[in-house]
Amino acid sequence: MSTGGREEAPSAGQAATQEAVEAVESVGRSAIQLVEDVGGIALMGLQTAVWLFRPPYRLKNLVAQLDYIGVGSIFVVGITGLFTGMVFAVQTYHAFSLFDAQGLVGATVALSLSRELAPVFAGLMVTARVGSAIATELGSMRVSEQIDALATMAVDPLQYLVVPRVVACVAMMPVLTMLFDTVGIMGAYLVAVFGMGVDAATFLGRIRTWVDPEDILGGLIKAAVFGLLISLIACYKGYNAKGGAKGVGTATNEAVVMGSVTVLVVDYFLSLLLASFWSTHAARGPG
Amino acid sequence: MARPMIQVIDLHKSFGENHVLRGVNLEVDEGTTTVILGGSGSGKSVLMKHVIGLLRPDRGSVVVEGEPIEELDERELQRVRAKFGMVFQAAALFDSMTVGENVGFPLREHTKLSEAEVRERVRQKLEVVGLRGVEAKFPAELSGGMRKRVGLARALALDPKIVLYDEPTTGLDPITTDYVDDMILEAKRQLGVTSVVISHDIGSAFHVADRIAVLNDGLIAAEGPPDEVRQSRHPFVQRFLSLWFGRA
Repeated sequence: MSTGGREEAPSAGQAATQEAVEAVESVGRSAIQLVEDVGGIALMGLQTAVWLFRPPYRLKNLVAQLDYIGVGSIFVVGITGLFTGMVFAVQTYHAFSLFDAQGLVGATVALSLSRELAPVFAGLMVTARVGSAIATELGSMRVSEQIDALATMAVDPLQYLVVPRVVACVAMMPVLTMLFDTVGIMGAYLVAVFGMGVDAATFLGRIRTWVDPEDILGGLIKAAVFGLLISLIACYKGYNAKGGAKGVGTATNEAVVMGSVTVLVVDYFLSLLLASFWSTHAARGPG
Repeated sequence: MARPMIQVIDLHKSFGENHVLRGVNLEVDEGTTTVILGGSGSGKSVLMKHVIGLLRPDRGSVVVEGEPIEELDERELQRVRAKFGMVFQAAALFDSMTVGENVGFPLREHTKLSEAEVRERVRQKLEVVGLRGVEAKFPAELSGGMRKRVGLARALALDPKIVLYDEPTTGLDPITTDYVDDMILEAKRQLGVTSVVISHDIGSAFHVADRIAVLNDGLIAAEGPPDEVRQSRHPFVQRFLSLWFGRA
């Protein structure tokens, strides 16, 4: 029995050590994977930029992607914008009524939407709808050798598949963000003016007073950057998918998770950058 | 005497610790059908991907019509790839396109033919592989054998000098296998193409090949006309071929 006890003690210790080693290895693997991903995505971005200016220009593919990414996302972005504006109006109305400042609901909603909520929420919706679809489509094409088939037919797969998707996403994200802004403010107007009794002229007047063109422009710049990152991440993950249906599922999952997190993280740094830029290049403040 | 269309010279390729190709030497003559036989994981597909420039060698060279392709940039490589047609194991047809669009794809990409001329050429190529009236169908509506035939029609669309077949008979029933073998022979007879076939199907290999190369452990274990390879005294080749001829 005692022999058995002596055998158990080191094996328990070894198991704990093994677990610790595995934990460290797992963290290390994730870190290496992240560095590989960032490098791979940056390289794909550079290659996309090079191929963008090389003929043949595939306008048909581009128009198809503009339609899918832009027109196809109108409903989901519109409905998200409408309810975001509506719920934001309800919450700000109740908060502002505590110090009798309900007239600022419109300006608050419009500022928040144009600077932050519209590009971020539109980015998240596009990641969910378009990023997942791109990763799945390219992933399926990779594992079924359709991407190799393109290369063997002397057609560069990156130019044929990635360039139109990235260009379309960069072009359509600001458009979808403008839609989000507009529909969100309309939703807030409906709730504040017709539901809560805020004066319509005050609601709109305060927006004109407080919201500057830089606020809207800043949001649109963010949207274009998000479009670039979302599409590159999705293309990279799909393009490099491995191992059949499971690999395609993993690529899609990683594209959506990485895309969503990237939108939120990059939003913070872009906000700092834009705030610093506007403060040095433009006189700000209520007119 | 036929001149070599493809020369593989001392080709080495590793993926991490895995040394897949360990110095492969091979010549494929113009107008011949060469079958590269080997088991799973022997490096057949890696060798084929080097031949068409999808992979770059760690060491050694692949020469296509006198051009070492590892020295070419992407644009020059595309010019060399236009000499090839490739038939993939699972056909690799574009599933968002119809059969007609698939076969017409290389023509629309690389020629200035009118739509009517493209449609006519598509019809002709489909006829070469024994298919008629399937232009409007999608790949998902076809059987495995039909997809392979459409894959060959697409590979032949630009009248390539060389056709590569990646495991053309894997997963097919014996009758369809025989049909695919005939299709390979017919493409060579009608169009005079040089063919390289990657396979582990010994029966099919001895049916279609002018020359056979047996790949084992990253090296060519035996190479020559089918009868000569059958007489090889290499232990792996003897064991591998006995799986077929031992039972036949």
